[in-house]
Amino acid sequence: MSDQLAIELVGVDKRFGQVHANKDIHLKVRKGSIHGIVGENGAGKSTLMSILYGFYHADSGEIRVDGKPVSIPSSQAAIALGIGMVHQHFMLVENFTVLENVILGAEGGALLAGGVSRARAELKRLAADYDLKVDPDALIEDLPVGLQQRVEILKALFRSADILILDEPTGVLTPAEADHLFRILRVLRDEGKTVLLITHKLREIMAVTDEVSVMRRGEIVATRQTSKTSMGELAELMVGRRVLLEVEKGPPQPGRPVLTVENLTVRDTRGVDVVRNVSLEVRAGEIVGIAGVSGNGQSELLEAIAGIRAVTSGIVTVDGTRVDLARAGTDPAAMRGLGLAHVPEDRHRMGLVTRFPECENAILGYHRDPTYGRGPFLDFDRIRNAAKTEIEKYDIRPADCMLKTANFSGGNQQKIVLAREIERDPVILLVGQPTRGVDIGAIEFIHKRIVALRDAGKGVLLVSVELDEIRALADRVLVMFDGQVVGERAPETAESELGLLMAGASGQEAAE
Amino acid sequence: MTAGQLPRWVDYGLMPALNVAAAFLVSGLVVLLIGENPVEAVKVLVWGSLGRNEGIGFTLFYATNFIFTGLAVAIAFHAGLFNIGGEGQAYLGGLGVALACLALDRYVPWWVTLPFAVLGAAAFGAAWAFIPAILQAKRGSHVVITTIMFNFIAASLMVYLLVNLLSKRGSMQPETRTFESGGRLPLLQDVLPGTDFGSAPVNFSFLLALAACLLVWIVVWRTRLGYEIRTFGANPVAAVYAGISPLRITVVTMLMSGGLAGMMAINEIMGSQHRLLIEFVSGYGFVGIAVALMGRAHPVGIVFAAVLFGMLYQGGAELAFEMPTITRDMIVVIQGLVILFAGALEHMFRPALLRIFGVLAARPAPAA
Repeated sequence: MSDQLAIELVGVDKRFGQVHANKDIHLKVRKGSIHGIVGENGAGKSTLMSILYGFYHADSGEIRVDGKPVSIPSSQAAIALGIGMVHQHFMLVENFTVLENVILGAEGGALLAGGVSRARAELKRLAADYDLKVDPDALIEDLPVGLQQRVEILKALFRSADILILDEPTGVLTPAEADHLFRILRVLRDEGKTVLLITHKLREIMAVTDEVSVMRRGEIVATRQTSKTSMGELAELMVGRRVLLEVEKGPPQPGRPVLTVENLTVRDTRGVDVVRNVSLEVRAGEIVGIAGVSGNGQSELLEAIAGIRAVTSGIVTVDGTRVDLARAGTDPAAMRGLGLAHVPEDRHRMGLVTRFPECENAILGYHRDPTYGRGPFLDFDRIRNAAKTEIEKYDIRPADCMLKTANFSGGNQQKIVLAREIERDPVILLVGQPTRGVDIGAIEFIHKRIVALRDAGKGVLLVSVELDEIRALADRVLVMFDGQVVGERAPETAESELGLLMAGASGQEAAE
Repeated sequence: MTAGQLPRWVDYGLMPALNVAAAFLVSGLVVLLIGENPVEAVKVLVWGSLGRNEGIGFTLFYATNFIFTGLAVAIAFHAGLFNIGGEGQAYLGGLGVALACLALDRYVPWWVTLPFAVLGAAAFGAAWAFIPAILQAKRGSHVVITTIMFNFIAASLMVYLLVNLLSKRGSMQPETRTFESGGRLPLLQDVLPGTDFGSAPVNFSFLLALAACLLVWIVVWRTRLGYEIRTFGANPVAAVYAGISPLRITVVTMLMSGGLAGMMAINEIMGSQHRLLIEFVSGYGFVGIAVALMGRAHPVGIVFAAVLFGMLYQGGAELAFEMPTITRDMIVVIQGLVILFAGALEHMFRPALLRIFGVLAARPAPAA
């Protein structure tokens, strides 16, 4: 490792409207090192890398490559500067061969023949130099994901990248494939390349990086030499010691079980089990929190219980009624009928039709309810009156039920969803990320409502990536990692211990 | 006002008007190019379509067709579906109408035949939309592709039926026998006292078309089904979350869409031709797409757009007659331009309008 800097960021700043994605970022990446960037989802890692790769333009600040200030208006410019990127979701043409994918966009002329033979020779050299063996004539769709990723790396090296950015590269890999990837990265480093590794898995940081920077809420909060830090320190830095949100709540008085989940497994379209054999129980009058770094199966778990996502196996019991989800198929209306309400994680994508006026969103999912009209008809006077009551009760602003939902602020949109789901008096409420993108005042209000629901003897299953929120609200905390519930802790458990569990350390490792 | 939003009157009034104006401007240039006076041409067109009672009658007759095919496209729009198959669905609808008329026209008055004809038109049109719908819902085959292909199948099927099965005995014409009075709708002037549309074929179906507008409005905006259709169209993920079955909505909406397209045949077959004949749809199904786009998929807008296209059809015919250099093909060019500007380039003026109204809306801000 030399003292020369491959990349230096000076005061890079980026806003998306209200969201301050990157705040005054200062980062030094040494030439010939593997530099990890770690942080929770939404910490701003991907935005920062997108700025480096020319997808976004920083609002202010300077980027230096090899000591020289540069501007990177496009990914072509990034490639010209020797920066290559391996995306989390591969950018490959499935029905092309490896060779064709590698030369795509760098064919070197109108006729293919010359470029192809040159590329073939180059691939052979790269395979020998970096232990990156892939059959150049294999079709991408026939390759396992580990090899597909290798093709992505080859693509970057073929374009003579000296700096390689890998965005969550192990998300789709098996442990063995991940180990092989790390070997390749070390070879690349030893050959003088610089590697930037974006991840939220601390174990990988410890395993492969030379230096590590921790991002939190758009800022780089620390940079450490990997050999001089520990998983515990990084976990604490990552999760942070935020101002604890005070939620007044008494001790829980758990009653009968209102939601039981047995052996729930969900396989996604790639054939990966994203939820693995999860069993849990929520009792009346308690809040069960599911903590975890996002992308570890919590979202899929909620959707499966709500009847939205197909499962491979799993039995859910709501208030005494058993539903074999694998056999019943997806039927959210039936689950709602059993008294299960669901505040989805992503209100824009799922919880609201932002094009509709507020009052029409206030009945989403309950539009078949006979109180809203006779027979096939909807009675909009009644709908508006019901919406007005909710607006008043939840202090939704502006208090105009005919206003287009897109024109409400994030916090008020979330209140619309919450009001809709809580006011139906459910037996069990599923809540995903209740306060994501919500201002501080609304957060307090939403937390109070959730606790009030608990005190009224209802069950709440809460998923949040905000550890503070889980600790403030939950009566019991389940930690999910890699599709499994890896532990149950009391909410008073030290943040660092929970953080380590979330990062995939075993229970014993975490307790130490 | 947030970015991307315009006042309603701009969105629904000014922008379509600007689109039409642009279309006429370009049309005017085309007319100039072939050496005619565009102002004169517009005069002939407007006079021919609105100047006389008979012209108005023809305009409304064409508009009736466009209302049905426009509503068909519009209701599918609300579910996020693009039904390009109005042409074929209307064609098959004609078969339904003709079968009802052929069976009943000798025995009962028209108002007894009518419900059966309506049922036949809707059922046959809907049936023709059903297969693309189920293919989309179950297999993901895009309705745009399948409905277009079904137009061709419909054309061939109807030729076969008319040539081999339905034509009059001993006749070489690919058409059915002419209906008796029990299979003919009365003219509008005979239904509405005090109106006179000369020899124009505008008939009772015009009222039916207006009723269909009201019905579509009620279904889309006042029923639970319409709510589900709009939810599915605006945010399919939220629709699934709300327990709305994508399969059911896709199929039901396409059935309604096909049924509405089929209803267009009532006007042509029972209202005017009084027999089923080959290629009677002649593009009305396709123009319905432009009508729906221009009318913003709202029944009221569709009525206006349909009347505009009715004017183009009727006025265009007059124009071809009055100005021999402007041939029938030239009229099609003008219609095509209107479709281009109102349909394909629907949002061309949006950025400019957004800037203008953005500036207007921002102006009071500094004072505050």
